[in-house]
Amino acid sequence: MAVPVLKQGDYLIASIQSVLSDADLLLLRDKLSGSVGEFRSRGVIIDVTVLDVIDSFATRTLRAIAHMLKLRGAETVIVGIQPDVAFAMVELGLTLEGVGTALDLEEGLAYLDTTLGTKKTMQNPGHGK
Amino acid sequence: MESELHTEIQSAADIVTARQRGRTLAMEIGFAGVDVTLVAAAISEIARNIVDHARRGEIVLSRVENTHPHSRKGIQIVARDEGPGIRDVVKAMQYGYSTRKGLGVGLPGAKWLMDDFEIDSQVGKGTTVTMRKWLH
Amino acid sequence: MKKKSPRKIEPLTSSSTKQRADYSDPLLRELVAHLRQNRTQLREEWARRITDAQLLTAMSKEEIFSEATSVYDNYVEVLETGSVEALQAYARNLSERIIPRGVETHEVLGIVLLLRDVLARSLFKKYQTDFDLLNRVLDSYEPAANRIANTVGVSFVQERERVIRQQQEAIRELSTPVLQVRERLLILPIIGVIDAHRARQLTEQLLRGIRGNRAKVVVVDITGVPTIDQTVANHLVKTVEASRLMGASVIITGLSAEIAQTLVTIGVDLSKMNAVGDLQGGIEEAERLLGYKVISTPESPASASKETAA
Repeated sequence: MAVPVLKQGDYLIASIQSVLSDADLLLLRDKLSGSVGEFRSRGVIIDVTVLDVIDSFATRTLRAIAHMLKLRGAETVIVGIQPDVAFAMVELGLTLEGVGTALDLEEGLAYLDTTLGTKKTMQNPGHGK
Repeated sequence: MESELHTEIQSAADIVTARQRGRTLAMEIGFAGVDVTLVAAAISEIARNIVDHARRGEIVLSRVENTHPHSRKGIQIVARDEGPGIRDVVKAMQYGYSTRKGLGVGLPGAKWLMDDFEIDSQVGKGTTVTMRKWLH
Repeated sequence: MKKKSPRKIEPLTSSSTKQRADYSDPLLRELVAHLRQNRTQLREEWARRITDAQLLTAMSKEEIFSEATSVYDNYVEVLETGSVEALQAYARNLSERIIPRGVETHEVLGIVLLLRDVLARSLFKKYQTDFDLLNRVLDSYEPAANRIANTVGVSFVQERERVIRQQQEAIRELSTPVLQVRERLLILPIIGVIDAHRARQLTEQLLRGIRGNRAKVVVVDITGVPTIDQTVANHLVKTVEASRLMGASVIITGLSAEIAQTLVTIGVDLSKMNAVGDLQGGIEEAERLLGYKVISTPESPASASKETAA
């Protein structure tokens, strides 16, 4: 199942729609890698709201994706981890160390704005609105 | 109502199948909230272990009932493979959650999530893991 | 009259019985016949004695008689068939109904023992001319009667324990509310002793609270917690990590020296854990994290107002 990736300004948003197999996750990794390069995206949001389990493989892969995207100049934030899923992950000792996390898409965008110092206000006073 | 649910584990896709079935059965038995996720996560790790080390095996899900210390219901998961077997079971089970380095959590991870956990492994013959979680 | 079909003899499991009851025993069958024949008077006598002993005061006379009838009939069925299943089911059902009305364990045990006595006495009366026969009848009756008393008592107690557990859960939930004081800020005050079960429940509440309230910062105040063991300490650490996975940061306040020591013992780097002295300080820190301006009130002495650029 391919994961749709949307472009929103400087950011890419990957919305996972259904349970992913290992292969799907790897495809996602490749897709994001390519897209970040193509669009010169500075931030990537991966929305995992739908996932009912994030196991060791998924955790490893998400970390690997974040690491790889960082090398390509993009910041990654994982959003939408559900309470039960977060609980199971910490029980298993799985952490997403080094990867940004936020509650949902809205928070994810705010996170990227803050982290990347994206200013919504005018940077160049010379520009009129 | 099935008495036993068998899932062949041959590829990574089967991991998802096994844990979805586990999730469904857990809910049918009466587990709620976090416990369902823990059961699914444990199955995922065990199934993944089979895929990574044994290449193929099966997972059998069933309902269980107990009378001691008091009447209770639970879910049982048996994971069998004819893989290489584990040479040092004790050592394999030591890699604990508390080290926090572990991302290949497999057996110790699953054990931590469940109530009962038994493992029987012979080098050259294979491994059988039996685990249960009880409704409290 | 019910037809007696041949049934499997079920071994007694009660440890209080000295011998196994043989349900194909002709004496037992005679006993059952006797109980059936005298059903009306024995039930009435029993109900009367229940009232005399001032048991089941929560119920009306009609209700007592009605339940007495059911128990009596179930009782006789156990003696006849050797199977306590129907009795168990009935006892559970009865318990579910009477516990909310305040009926207590001693009352339930009391009425069962009264029935035993009523039946025993009627046996004395019937076999008074033949002491030998009476003894043998009682030998047959004893183990079965004990098993019945045991079954009813245990069912009742189990049901009561279940209800108590439920109530405790409810109290726990109520006693640790997750409070939203500001937008994006949750406070979780924890009071009292935390065991592993409660710790887990708190974590679930907290994580759901983060989602429901869209919290970015949670202040967990453990001023009211005297001590925690390593399991719970581990759990606290996991809660902080799980919160982070949901995009919320956790501030722990009210950390006593003892609890700090426990955390250090299990290997927690306290400098990594955001621990602030007291609840007030914790809230201020939280507001700082959220980007609020915190201005000191005129009453407080010359403490510099903390400001953050929004």
